[in-house]
Parts: sequence; C-alpha cells; structure tokens
Amino acid sequence: MANTTTNSPLVTVDGTPLKVSLGRAKRKAKLRALLLVAPLFAFILLTFFVPIISMLLRSVDNEVVSYTLPNTAPLLSQWDASSGEIPGEAVFKALAADFKESAEDKYDDKSAGKVGRRLNYELTGFSSMFRKTARKSKKFEPPYKEAFIKAEKKWGDPKYWQVMQREMRKATDSYYLAAIDAGYDSEGNRAFNEPGKRVYLKLFWRTFWMSGLITGLCLLLAYPVAYLLSILKSRTSNMLMILVLLPFWTSLLVRTSAWIALLQKEGVINSLLVATGMLDDANRLLMIHNKAGTIIAMVHVLLPFMILPLYSVMKTIPPSYMRAARSLGATPFTAFTKVYMPNTIPGIGAGAILVFILSIGYYITPALVGGQSGTLISNLIAYHLESSLNWGLAAALGAILLAATFALYLVYDKIVGIDNMKLG
Amino acid sequence: MKLLNRTLIAVAVSAGMVGVASAKDLVVVSWGGAYTASQQNAYHAPYMANNPDITIVNDDSAGGAVAKLRAMQEANNVTWDLVDMVASDAILSCDEGLVIEIDHNAVLAAAPDGTPALEDFGDLVVSPCFIPQIVYSTTFGYRTDKVGDTPPTSINDIFDLDKYPGKRALQKKPINNLEWALIADGVPADKVYEVLGTEAGVAQAFAKLDTIKDSVIWWDKGAQPPQLLADGEVTIASAYNGRLFSVIEEEKQPIAMMWDWQVFDLDGWVVPAGGKNEADVLAYLNFATDTQRLADQAKYISYGPARASSAPMVGKHKDLGIDMAPHMPTSPAYAEHTLLYNYEFWADNIDDLTESFQAWLTN
Amino acid sequence: MSLPAYAGPLETTWYYLFRFICGLIFFFLIAPILVIIPLSFNAVPFFTFTEKMLTFDPEGYSLKWYRDFFSNLNWQGAVKNSFIIAFFSTIISTTLGTIAALGLSRAEMPAKTWVMGILISPMIVPLIISAAGMFFFYTDMGLASTHLGVILAHAALSTPFVVITVTATLVGFDQSLIRASATLGANPTTTFFKVIVPLILPGVISGALFAFVTSFDEVVVVKFIGSYEQRTIPWAMFSGIREQISPTILAVATLLVLLSVGMLATVELLRRRNEKLRGLSPG
Repeated sequence: MANTTTNSPLVTVDGTPLKVSLGRAKRKAKLRALLLVAPLFAFILLTFFVPIISMLLRSVDNEVVSYTLPNTAPLLSQWDASSGEIPGEAVFKALAADFKESAEDKYDDKSAGKVGRRLNYELTGFSSMFRKTARKSKKFEPPYKEAFIKAEKKWGDPKYWQVMQREMRKATDSYYLAAIDAGYDSEGNRAFNEPGKRVYLKLFWRTFWMSGLITGLCLLLAYPVAYLLSILKSRTSNMLMILVLLPFWTSLLVRTSAWIALLQKEGVINSLLVATGMLDDANRLLMIHNKAGTIIAMVHVLLPFMILPLYSVMKTIPPSYMRAARSLGATPFTAFTKVYMPNTIPGIGAGAILVFILSIGYYITPALVGGQSGTLISNLIAYHLESSLNWGLAAALGAILLAATFALYLVYDKIVGIDNMKLG
Repeated sequence: MKLLNRTLIAVAVSAGMVGVASAKDLVVVSWGGAYTASQQNAYHAPYMANNPDITIVNDDSAGGAVAKLRAMQEANNVTWDLVDMVASDAILSCDEGLVIEIDHNAVLAAAPDGTPALEDFGDLVVSPCFIPQIVYSTTFGYRTDKVGDTPPTSINDIFDLDKYPGKRALQKKPINNLEWALIADGVPADKVYEVLGTEAGVAQAFAKLDTIKDSVIWWDKGAQPPQLLADGEVTIASAYNGRLFSVIEEEKQPIAMMWDWQVFDLDGWVVPAGGKNEADVLAYLNFATDTQRLADQAKYISYGPARASSAPMVGKHKDLGIDMAPHMPTSPAYAEHTLLYNYEFWADNIDDLTESFQAWLTN
Repeated sequence: MSLPAYAGPLETTWYYLFRFICGLIFFFLIAPILVIIPLSFNAVPFFTFTEKMLTFDPEGYSLKWYRDFFSNLNWQGAVKNSFIIAFFSTIISTTLGTIAALGLSRAEMPAKTWVMGILISPMIVPLIISAAGMFFFYTDMGLASTHLGVILAHAALSTPFVVITVTATLVGFDQSLIRASATLGANPTTTFFKVIVPLILPGVISGALFAFVTSFDEVVVVKFIGSYEQRTIPWAMFSGIREQISPTILAVATLLVLLSVGMLATVELLRRRNEKLRGLSPG
C-alpha cells in the first residue's frame, strides 16, 4: 500500500487521478466565472460594440457610387484619366442606363442624387450636375455624349470624370484624408489642403491642448484639496467630502446652466462687479461663448474626477514618511517634494488620464458655453452627423478620436489597472 | 334568435374593427414652439375637427430631420408621415430620394379664383418634392437703446463698428453672411453669386467679414439672436423675421428691425418616401395648404403665406390685434433691397464653403 | 491634523494660507450649484440677482418658474420619460452588471483585464461616438425613437458603473464564507441569498444609483436615437438653454440638486454601512 501511493499518482475517491480531477474542477470554475460574465458581455457587444464598429465602417464605405452606377463602373475603369479627354460614347451610354435605372429605383436606395452628394464632397459641383442630369435623363437619346453635355456642361470636363473613376472603388480613404485636412489634387495625388481650408487638424490640436490645460488646472486645484482631505480627521474630511461629491452627483446640465447664469454678460459675476464699482457697466467681461467659458465650466465639471483618485492614493501614504524625512533633517518643502509627492504619482496619473480622456470627448459643455472659439472636435462630429450629413467624414473623425482615447486607455491600464478603477 | 345574435355580434365586431382601422395617427414633424403652435391652430385643429378619424401627432424634431429621415430610410423603417423643412433641405432630400415627388396641381387645391396650385405658388416650388408653406426672411434686429439717435438703415451699418460699436450676432454658417459681406463691399446684388463662385470672391467676402470677426457672436438656433438682443449681449443681430416680431411686439423689448437686404427663404412640407399613410397625408395637405389656411397661419406668426392668392386675406394677429400685413417680409415696404436664397448655388457649394467658413472661424 | 505647538511663524502663516486656498477651491466647487437656488425664485426673467432680491423684498421673489415647470406639458413629459427610462435601464444594468461582477471577481476568471476593458469601455468611449454608432444601428433595428431603444442604450452606458462598484465591494469579499456556508449544508441558492447578497448589497445599491444617475443625466445619446416622444429632462434643459433660456431651467436645476443630495446621502450611508460590515473602518 505504501509502495503504491508513492509510485502511482494520487487518486480521488472515484479513482480518477487527482491532477485530472483538479484540472476538471478548475475548468468548471473557469466556466462558471465565464458564464456569469457572458450575459453582460453579450449585451455590451450587441448594444454597444457592434453599433460602434458598424458606424466606423462608414468611414471607408464607398459602395454607393459603384452600386448605383453598375453599368458605368467597369467601363469607366478602362478610361485613361491622363489622356485629358473625356470618356467615349460607350461610357455615356452605360451612364444613361444607370441614370434611368436609378430614376425607377429612386425611393429604394439607388438614387443618383445620393451619388451626386457623395461626389460633391470630393469636388464641388457634382451635386447640381447629378440633379440636373437625373431630371433630364428620362428623355436622353443617342448620341448620349451630346445629350449629357447639353443637359449639363460639366460632363465635358475630364476633372469630374477623374473623380468619378477614382471613387468607383468600394472602400475609400478620402474621408480619412478629409479628416486630416487633406485630399486629392487635380493630378489625383494625395496632398494637404491649402492653409486657408484646414479645419480638423486645428480642432484636434485645440481639443488636445485645451484638454491638457483643463487637466493641468484640475490637478492644480485638486492636489491641495485632496491633500487636506487626506490629513484631516475623518469626521471633518467626510463633511468636506460632501462639497466634492455633491457636484459629482449633480447633473451636468445643472452645472452647465449654473455657469451660464454666472458668467454671461448680464450674469451674476458681471453684475456683482458692476454693482461694487469694480467694473464699468460698458466693459462687462466676456466670459462665455469663448474658450474661457469652456475651460472654466469644464474644470468645474471634471474636478471631482481628479480629486477622488488623488484622495484615495494620498489616504494610503503613512504620515510617518513625512515625519521620518523631517527628522532626518529635510525642510518641510524638501520633505514634501522629495518624499510625499513621488508617492502620489499613481494618483496624479490616474486622475490626469481620466480627466484627459473625458475632456477630449466632451460635447455638451462646449456646445452650450463654448461659442465658436471653444468648440471641440466632438462638436464637429455632431455637426457632420446632424447637419452636413457627411457621415463618412463624421465616422473618420470619430475613428481618430476613438484611437486617441483608446491609446490613453491603455496608458491608464498600465498606470492604474482597469480593474482598480474606483468611483466616489 | 341565436343566429340573429351571432350576426349582430359579428357586425358589431367588424364595425369596431373598421373603427379601429380608420382611426389614424399622422406623425407631423415640425419645428416646435410658436411655429408648431401656429400650424396646430391654423391647420391641424380645423382638419381634425372635420376628420375625427385622423389624429395629428406633433413631433418637434425638425432640426436634424434630414439626418434622421436618411437613417430611417436606410433602415426601411420610416415612421414619419409629413415633415416641415426649409427649401434647401427639401431639395437635398428630394435628390436623395428620401421624399416623394408631388404632382402639385393634382394633390393641392386650386386658388379660390380657379388658378391651379402650381401657378398660385409660382416660383416658390423650388423642387418637385416641395410644397411651400411660408416665406420667411433672415434680417436684422438692433437694440434701440444702444444705437443713439441714428438707427442703422443699411447693410453697411452692420459692418461699421465705429458708427455702431458693440457685438453682433450672426448665424454660424456661410449662407447669407457671405452675400451680405459682398454687397456691403460694393458688389452689385445680381453679381453676388457670380463673384462668390470664384476663389477671389470668397476671399473678398471673408476679408469683409474679417473686419467685424472679433465682434461677432455666432448663433445656430433661431431663438438665440432675439435672446442675445434681449439680454443686451449684442447690439445688432441677424435673425428670422418672425422671431424678431415676437420679441418686439409680444415681449415689448427695446428692439427694432432693419430690413435692408433681407434674404428670403422658404419653408414647407415634404412627404417622406416609404411613409405608411401616404393617401391620408395627401388629403391633409390638400386642406392644409389651401389659400385660406395659409392666410390663417399669419394670424399666429409673422411669416408670409406662400400662395399669391393668400396675401390679400392676411388679417390681424389673433391675440395682439395688430394688422399683420405690414409685418410680412413680403410687404412692399421692405421690397427695395431683397435677396432670394440661391438654392442652386448653395446645393453645390455648401460643403466646400462651409469648410472654408469653419476654417476661417478656427483661424 | 491641527497645527503643532512648535510651529514657527512661517509654518503658521502657511497653515492658514493653505486652508484659505483650499477654502477657495471648495467655494469654486460648490458655489455655482448653490447660486442657482435663489436665482430660481427670481420674480423677473433674468439670470442675476435683482436689487429687490438683495434687499430681501418679498416682491423680488416668486414661485412662477416652479409653477411654469409643473404646469408645462413639455416639462412634465420629460420628467415622466426620464424616470421611466432611468428606472428600466437601471434594472437591466444592475442585474447584468452584478452577475458579471460576481464572475469577474473570481480568481478563476480568464483574460480578466481584457474582459474588464471591454465591459468598461462604454464609460470611456466619447459619448458622441457611442451616440453616432447607436443612431445608425438602432435605427436599423427599428429601435430608434422608441423608449426601448433609449432604455437599452442607457443600460449599456451605465453598466460599467455597476461593474466597477460591485467588483470593488467584492475585493474584500472572503471567498471562504461561501465554502463555510456550503460545509454547513446550504445549497448554492441559499448561499447566494443568505451570504453573498447581504454582503454585496450596499455595492449593488450604489452601483444602481450610479446607473440611475448616468441615465438620468444622459443627453447626447438620447438626442440622437430618441425623438420628441422620448425627450428627457436633460434634453429639455439642453434645448431650453440653446433656444429659450428662461429661469424655469434654474427651477428644474434646483429640483435636480435636491435629488442629487438625496442620492449622495444614500450612497454615503451605504458606503459607511459597507465599511462597518467588513470591519474596514471603526466608525
């Protein structure tokens, strides 16, 4: 008996080796854990992930052109764009057929007008070109080339054909180019837009530096407060904590409207300054509908997100560290900067990245108090979704913003660990 | 007896079903606020009174309606029956096949004197899908207490910061602003779009706007400029004439209007393609856009009726009792300098010029 | 930490200066929220204190913005929608989030960081991007302009808060309690309801409150996937601020501040109870 136990593997009651049985139990436990997570995982995938991914696909999707013009697409691809001549009659004939088909299918999804709108993003003029042509195309008769040019003289200009030929592709990079203020020049090469037409890079840049500034200001204001909260007796610090948590729990819209009431020209602060004689009635300060308004309101909104992680880190730093440094002869200042502050770096990192991530995606506050100079990239995405209907561009801008957010998210994970995230 | 009972029940049930089937909700999308209220009073309420089986449901989501309509159509799930749109959006939606083409003379009522609808609306039918409702204009309002004894009278005054110091509010889009800039810079009105079609012309317009850029607050919702004026945030603002009317006449704010080079635009109905109650909507439109109804709307809001035949029937404001005819943007008193929104030009250039405009704002 | 007796004049000055600075920052945090409360009783439609208000003349004050709020169908519809949507989305997110947190906190959970990363992403992805994605997808599914669509969207946005708070509660959870309960003859169901639930309940409730507030405060997504029929309080406030800014908004804001005070008090009580239960804090 003693021999067998030492030479053969351990077994459980039913005779299976212990190792196997343990492995099975472990797998079972793993499966159970997975099963618990599965419903939420599926839910998030369906209600959140799939929508976002499918939206992002719009940033390259270009099927509408070749789908609406199926007869033209293969013929046009053979045309030599560098010839300086417009395509021949065969292409015009195919295009006439496509226009007639689209007129019949107009209310489904084969609208020539949609293609015109799509191509108008590439080159101004396509919109009216397609509309006019669509209206007259029912009566087109051969020779089609003449008929087209008679209906709309732009058909005689090779530059339009060049763009059409290029955008017959099913996936396009032109939305991403537009999102970084670039596009195709008249030779068909990718190039940056002239400086007078650059918008998005500037807005991305503004979004980033304003987010950086907001993060910096939040840190500046949060650090002393978090420090004070961490050293006070718990009764007092709990009381003061309410002052941090109440804004945190208060609706964003409430806080934003409060700032409007405070900052506007006839608002509380200006009126107070005028009433006390510190300000002339004619020179009321402009604190809203500009960068200053956005920054003030956003610092206020995001400050709790900085205080809370800082506080939770500072709370864990034993006061004895500082005392030890002092007793070793450090001045209060040296002790603070050399001993205390390095210990708070995880909190600084956590808070700063959180605030930065939240501010680069901000939409509501800049939309309400930002005016023109305080607009951020999110507001432009909303504009392209709602007003200009350039959904491909909105998706491309969104993808870039998302990539930036994701990169920061990874940094956050490195510093804090996603599973260590805490609230309140 | 049993048989009779059964028959009676069957009849009652089928009658009940008919009743259910014919009671319909028409979802009408419009701008909300005073505008929807004027439509409710002038069109919806009388129509529902005559047609008890129809209920008109107001959905105030006309802002951003094209985007939603386009998404609905992509999904083949159009839940709207009728949408109120500005003409430029109607043209765009028509291009994209989002809304149906209308045979105006067949669907809409003729004028009382028998003039066919298409002729009665005249040039205002800017798209085969569009049924014009009102003419409105974007014009200027100014604070009477901040302009001294010489109120502004011309478009040049908008650009004159010495004569009229203080902030201006302008709409945050290139449309109208570029035209005004060129006119103020001396370009004849009939050449404006020709000039604007060239790069030099665009540069000229932006250069003119540069002279006041630092003094401009940009608005994007129609209610903002009257509010900015009432709050004293700005001295002069471009605004929709109806909004200015209500802040002046209803709220009695110290504001007056300056009509020089007002820009006319149109607002009207479009019928979404794939809507589920097309026949009912067309029947409603026949009533709601007849001569009397369009004239009635002017009792509630100061926008000009789109039918020529409605103009003489415009009466007094329902609550204020003032004569509405002089408050119509189409009134001859303000006709000297007017501009009609150039739909053709803007349909092509909107993307490009909006981009330039954004770039100009950002720089 | 009070000022030590041996502090020199420099330290004393710094001690008070530091507290003064902190006081200013606290003032910055709280003043904007407090200032709207008196302004909401303004008798005239301005966003500032009138002379009559400052001299405490009763004529300077009025309840008319509250009357406007309670009599206006637009606002009342928004209140109803806000509560319906927040209620149902909270139920969904709390249920799914709590179950998932139980799985995530098990040591055996594979690829934990990765899974957690995905589950938390609705909190990190900029709202405008979520809104855009949902706008297209929910319209495709026929869920746009329905209460159900908005509820599902809000549930997705608020689950991260539930997952985070419940997992945090479970960090200190002693797994041997489950084994103890099993050895004492309890079946898994009994163990769940008699042992696990009472211990994690405070975390679940705070998670649920977070979820509720997230939905209650959300405006970007609902604006994109909802229509007028789904308008919520923040939506009505947003368009109110953009279009017809009236002190009614401040009246609504004041009521919302009261609501958040209530929520905050509940969460604080729960947190303390939780700490006491687990012996983490003496008080």
